Amino acid sequence: MTSMERVLTTLSHREPDRVPLFLLLSLHGARELGLTIEKYFSRAEHVVQGQLRMLERYGHDCIYTFFHASLEAEAWGGCTIFREDGPPNAGPPPVTADAIASLTPPRVEDVPCLRRVLEAQRALRQAVGEAVPVIGVVMSPFSLPVMQLGFDHYLDLMFDRPDLMQRLMELNGAFCADWANAQLAAGAHAICYFDPLASPKLIDPLLYRRYGAPAAQKAMAAISGPTATHLASGPCLPVVDDLAASGTMMVGVGGEEELAAVKNACRGRLTVLGNLNGVEMRSWDEGATLAAVKGAIDAAAPGGGFILSDQHGEIPWQVPEATLRLIGEAAREFGSYTGTGGRD
Amino acid sequence: MATSCYSGNAADHLYSPPVLLLEAALVSMDRLAVRQIYDHSGLSPLSFCEQVIAPALSVIGEKWDRGDLSLSHVYMSGRVCEEFMEQVLGGRSDCVDERRRVALAVLEDYHLLGKRLVGFVLKGAGVPYLDYGTVSAQELVRRVQRDGVRVLLISALMLPSALKVREVRDALDRLGVECRIVVGGAPFRLDPALHREVGADLSCDTASQVLLALGQLREGES
Repeated sequence: MTSMERVLTTLSHREPDRVPLFLLLSLHGARELGLTIEKYFSRAEHVVQGQLRMLERYGHDCIYTFFHASLEAEAWGGCTIFREDGPPNAGPPPVTADAIASLTPPRVEDVPCLRRVLEAQRALRQAVGEAVPVIGVVMSPFSLPVMQLGFDHYLDLMFDRPDLMQRLMELNGAFCADWANAQLAAGAHAICYFDPLASPKLIDPLLYRRYGAPAAQKAMAAISGPTATHLASGPCLPVVDDLAASGTMMVGVGGEEELAAVKNACRGRLTVLGNLNGVEMRSWDEGATLAAVKGAIDAAAPGGGFILSDQHGEIPWQVPEATLRLIGEAAREFGSYTGTGGRD
Repeated sequence: MATSCYSGNAADHLYSPPVLLLEAALVSMDRLAVRQIYDHSGLSPLSFCEQVIAPALSVIGEKWDRGDLSLSHVYMSGRVCEEFMEQVLGGRSDCVDERRRVALAVLEDYHLLGKRLVGFVLKGAGVPYLDYGTVSAQELVRRVQRDGVRVLLISALMLPSALKVREVRDALDRLGVECRIVVGGAPFRLDPALHREVGADLSCDTASQVLLALGQLREGES
């Protein structure tokens, strides 16, 4: 099977030849090319080379075109702070509550850093065609304000200014759909909809249902391609029904919940993506690596509907190449569906 | 779970009726009920902080840790407590412990929610602290030395910020500055061994655990 066939099979809740593996490596391409992280993301061609080389090296099943979350903060007037050893971070929040009434969404084509992502997606799609899924990324309208306003000011807005909160969801929803559709037009096969605030770990599910779930349903309907919702390490069980109702196909989950319980809750409705601990992965030895991969596969692979990945949607810079290689090998060894009569 | 560093073990109060009432009032953001619970308690403002607010915030923090409440509940509970404290104390704190100066900081990151949550807990318990905001590792070391900080609280959302604590620890040690470091935030929750790796003395899984940490450090000093 090609990676695309493998992924599509598991998305249809059937068993492919083996469990698909998504190594969500946004940063490691810089090391691959001997560049600083800032330099790496300054040119689309770097990301293209980095992604293609990692695909070849680790034999995983996707191209991940995520640069960094702060691109979207930049689009709304913010800035990015680059580090030598980790993901670029959003600088001070660019939006104030009082400005929301007169705010207008940025146009994707006017934002140079977003155009770089589209350029990379075009080249990557051309390189892999239909053999490997090319994954684009957007921040959800509900979670983007953490970078736009700062989390504390955003919570204040949610509780104190529901009128402005609604308006911000509309503005962000329009931008989210435009940004997602631009990526699909450029070459992404699917969109990862990052929505950490959908997790009940962060936001009361009642508030999520008031603001986040309607924003997700509206955005998903406006995005002209398949979507996967990622909770960036957060638990999901109390909102699984809401996620399924949003129209998303997949949920990326954290490690606080039993993976088998998550799989059971999602079975037949949502494919589960996860949930290797990227922070602990930095110091895994061979035994820990194999145990983590086997444990996740045993818990969630039977019946399809599972993609092995990390729990956060981004593997830390500090994770060694040897560990990534071992994860790939272990996924192929333990994740095989063939010859066992299926894993059910 | 939490220990007041000023008046013994707040765990003694965790299940007292005022604490349970306040917890319910905070989770439902019922400011009027908060005021009524205080009025009916017969306690002084600072005793109310120690015996009711701090344990209630601790219960809420534990429930968040267990997945029974959301961070939005924790935040709003802290905000309501902060507003209440402003009303009854006018922003002043009579409970100044100069023996052990506490500072709170975020390393090279503009994600400040965790710091603010810790600030709510400290204010709610009447613990004075220096708020350093977002600072670099070098600047943090300079300020700790300048201010004679004995306990440094560092909140981190992202792994690189968490790893920066190592720089702070090593620089303080090189300078011979005796300062205990308490860390908290997502990376430390995700990897329970990380706080030792970066040289922190203690790690808190919830903001409210900071009182327990301060209590432990105080016991270690005595």
